[in-house]
Amino acid sequence: MTDMLRGSAVIAGAATAGIGEAFGYDTLELLAAASAAALKDAGLSIKDVDGLFAVTPYHPLTSLSVAEYLGIHPRFADTTFLGGASTVGFLKSAAMALQSGECDVALICYGSHQRTGAAGKKGRLLSPLLDTLPYEAPYRPRNPISSYALAAARHMHDFGTTREQLAEVAVAARKWAQLNPEAFMRKPLSIEDVLSSRMLSDPLTVRDCCLVTDGAGAIVLVRPDRVKDLPKPPVYVLGSATEISHRQIASMPDLTVTSARESGRRAYAAAGLGPSDVDLVQLYDAFTINTILFLEDLGFCPKGEGGAFVSGGAIAPGGVLPVNTNGGGLSCCHPGMYGVFAIIEAARQLRGEAGERSVKDADVALVHGNGAVLSVQSTAILGTAATV
Amino acid sequence: MQTIPDTSPASGTDGPGPARAYEDALAQGVFLIQKCNQCAGHIFYPRLVCTHCGADDLRAVEASGDAVVYSTTVVRQGAEEGGDYNVALVELAEGPRLMSRVENVDPERVAIGMKLRLSLKDEGGKPVVVFVPPEVRP
Repeated sequence: MTDMLRGSAVIAGAATAGIGEAFGYDTLELLAAASAAALKDAGLSIKDVDGLFAVTPYHPLTSLSVAEYLGIHPRFADTTFLGGASTVGFLKSAAMALQSGECDVALICYGSHQRTGAAGKKGRLLSPLLDTLPYEAPYRPRNPISSYALAAARHMHDFGTTREQLAEVAVAARKWAQLNPEAFMRKPLSIEDVLSSRMLSDPLTVRDCCLVTDGAGAIVLVRPDRVKDLPKPPVYVLGSATEISHRQIASMPDLTVTSARESGRRAYAAAGLGPSDVDLVQLYDAFTINTILFLEDLGFCPKGEGGAFVSGGAIAPGGVLPVNTNGGGLSCCHPGMYGVFAIIEAARQLRGEAGERSVKDADVALVHGNGAVLSVQSTAILGTAATV
Repeated sequence: MQTIPDTSPASGTDGPGPARAYEDALAQGVFLIQKCNQCAGHIFYPRLVCTHCGADDLRAVEASGDAVVYSTTVVRQGAEEGGDYNVALVELAEGPRLMSRVENVDPERVAIGMKLRLSLKDEGGKPVVVFVPPEVRP
């Protein structure tokens, strides 16, 4: 039996704004630019939005700030802050709100001007804005990097994963980025380049870490009864699920197993699909170890074999599994919380709008968001009209 | 020997909560963890509820001080900023893990599985829980 929400929400519009550097723009301006573009993409107006699903790093009352800025009075709002998993998590609450009639047009949006806004000013990055963790602070971890480094070190210890295998992830992302005009980092990158980059927190170098960019993204969702009115091919939300496991890395039950195993299991079950049905994968690659952990936990290879799985260009263009086809957080963009960009890239692929990097005959995409320090995982399965 | 305070919530919210009780004991040179009176599991950091079974029936106990390295990293920074240093996840003999630092050994030589002993350190007037390999315990 499939989930009652299967296919009950349709991505009608998707857009980005200010990817990379957006000099002179602030967060709400970028967010509004992406939102306006996504609504045009859906053939709708900002004034049609009655369900708002928004987060930024800088606005604790995000839904209020965004509603005021856009000049709307949403009757349903969700600002649940799950770090980088927030926007993928919103696919569930948006689908529930649409299906129950709590809203008719749902706008999921995110933005940040952390790169250009940070010029000469420390503290515009997301991490320093978060709460101080009293049982970590005395040890001065360079977070979030050090927390992911601890997970990578344990994975290497338990399974023999190598720094070269981590580097394969960064190199594959760069090769996809070279096919994406929107990507911020498109220069050639080799495994040797990654290994010889500046070490930040062993075993992660600066090239094992995501970019720091500006950018905003927005998605518009409606119920399937409106599909015939949409200007673009519909992308259905077939299933989604979230699971939270901890806040700080010392409380993660097993550093080599994330809650993606559980969020993935439930998202697949809701969609009535499994890993072998998935044509392309968009994972939150804040660090190279993420891609390896999530490929394992989402069932694309057995636990411990993620390093071998990504080797030899297997997730790069022309490989066995298309992963992060926009270049991901490692090479396309990373404005603090990446989740929405994974959804947008999946939608573009399923609509056949991905140009040179298009995955042929793609009907099913898996999107995966991750928040804080492997703390919360959100998985969604998206599909074309052929899947419903 | 420091008296181990009652951190169970049975007495309501009179007196110090578990976090303050932990800090007070640490200032006296005692590293406390908590043991559940219902399931006998240990937890760290100090809380009001047991994360193993959900009971609100915890008592503070002094940790044995034995531990192993669960994972480790070296934070890299220039010598002018103080140089490289270790950050580790340490697993106590009783089970809980915490973030800490392994001292008296080159940060790069800290290895997963390495045996450790507790060592309390004064940093700017504040007690900090660090660990050392037992053979080099000061």
